[in-house]
Amino acid sequence: MKVSYFPGCTLKNKAKDLDAYAYKSAAALGVTLEEIENWQCCGGVFTTARDEVATKLSSVRALKEAADKDQPLITVCSACHNVIKQTNHAMQTDKEFANKVNRYMACEKSYAGEAQVYHYLEMLRDLVGFDTIKAKVTNALKGKKIAAYYGCLLLRPNRVMQMDDPENPTIMEDFIKAIGATPVVYAKRNECCGAYIAMESPALAEKSSNAIVQNAKAAGAEMIITACPLCRYNLIKNGADIPVVYFTELLAEALGVKEDTNE
Amino acid sequence: MNNQNLKEEILRMSGVHPEKCMRCGKCSGTCPAYSEMEYHPHQFVSMVDNGEIEPLLNSESLYKCLSCFACIERCPRGVEPAKLVEAIRLIAIRRQGANHMTANDVPALLDADIPQQAIVSAFRKYSK
Ligand code: SF4
Ligand code: SF4
Repeated sequence: MKVSYFPGCTLKNKAKDLDAYAYKSAAALGVTLEEIENWQCCGGVFTTARDEVATKLSSVRALKEAADKDQPLITVCSACHNVIKQTNHAMQTDKEFANKVNRYMACEKSYAGEAQVYHYLEMLRDLVGFDTIKAKVTNALKGKKIAAYYGCLLLRPNRVMQMDDPENPTIMEDFIKAIGATPVVYAKRNECCGAYIAMESPALAEKSSNAIVQNAKAAGAEMIITACPLCRYNLIKNGADIPVVYFTELLAEALGVKEDTNE
Repeated sequence: MNNQNLKEEILRMSGVHPEKCMRCGKCSGTCPAYSEMEYHPHQFVSMVDNGEIEPLLNSESLYKCLSCFACIERCPRGVEPAKLVEAIRLIAIRRQGANHMTANDVPALLDADIPQQAIVSAFRKYSK
């Protein structure tokens, strides 16, 4: 299976592992990730204002390329996924916005949100199948107690994201089971780590992140997994004393394709 | 711009209907930035409804919102307060010279591990 892939700025810099293990694992599962040509940064956060057009064009370009190739568009970073999926929804539902975008881009065929957008986790669940993954695991992470940290961006706003139940999600726990480990469920798994406030008010990010880590540990977690580079940064910076790793790294490990990468 | 025009612009940009709010306070109760804010999400809703835009436009609360979408998800009336915060913040930073963060501010805010995502997100929220 061949899919279009939008890595995003952070996956080519501070989160190279998230990207490298995504490639290795996909290959092991028979999925070819075809990088969007000349992709541009999504901007990190979706701007909900309907009159913001320019800031959403990079997402539309990626969406359009995937739609033209008739391939699903896959993202790994939670933030890219959120921005691109919300932009696609705006193209589908807000005529005035879509008209402005199409006029600006002046393409032969106008775009109306035809692309299918999947987060990598959704690709594993819906296109590959957790059962297939289970069957391909060569190095099951038996007995490891892992807490899934969803954060905000994978799940909200659910009306648009449609990934899972926004207050009681299971996709990451099902992923943890598929690689042979034991999921740990805790209350704060879908609360905010503080996000970009880490730059201006680090104390607020510290308070939020610390509460999440303590909550996961109290529930018995030995490790936390995430899909978001900024979540990972905030949790590690603010005193996580258990490993916080990208889910793609564990997947590569379980599939037996993890080798050292050059950072 | 008079207040009525400003209010209409905010409602048009955000698509929010503040009159749907039933003042339950759930948005503010779930907001992770609550303690940092002068005006809380439910106050954004009622103040916009009352046309009290100026105090919001000049409040630091605009830059405390984390875009976590919790208030959007958990409002039982579908009011989506964060969209008002966003619209007012944009009106504030679209004024000439009113950027909340500039490129010159950034180096001092970095450490060796901070992901690019944090910087582009802050820029998207704080400057035009
Ligand atoms: S989106 Fe902003 S206002 Fe709404 S809960 Fe999150 S931080 Fe608070
Ligand atoms: S949660 Fe919704 S209905 Fe309740 S106060 Fe906030 S905006 Fe109003």
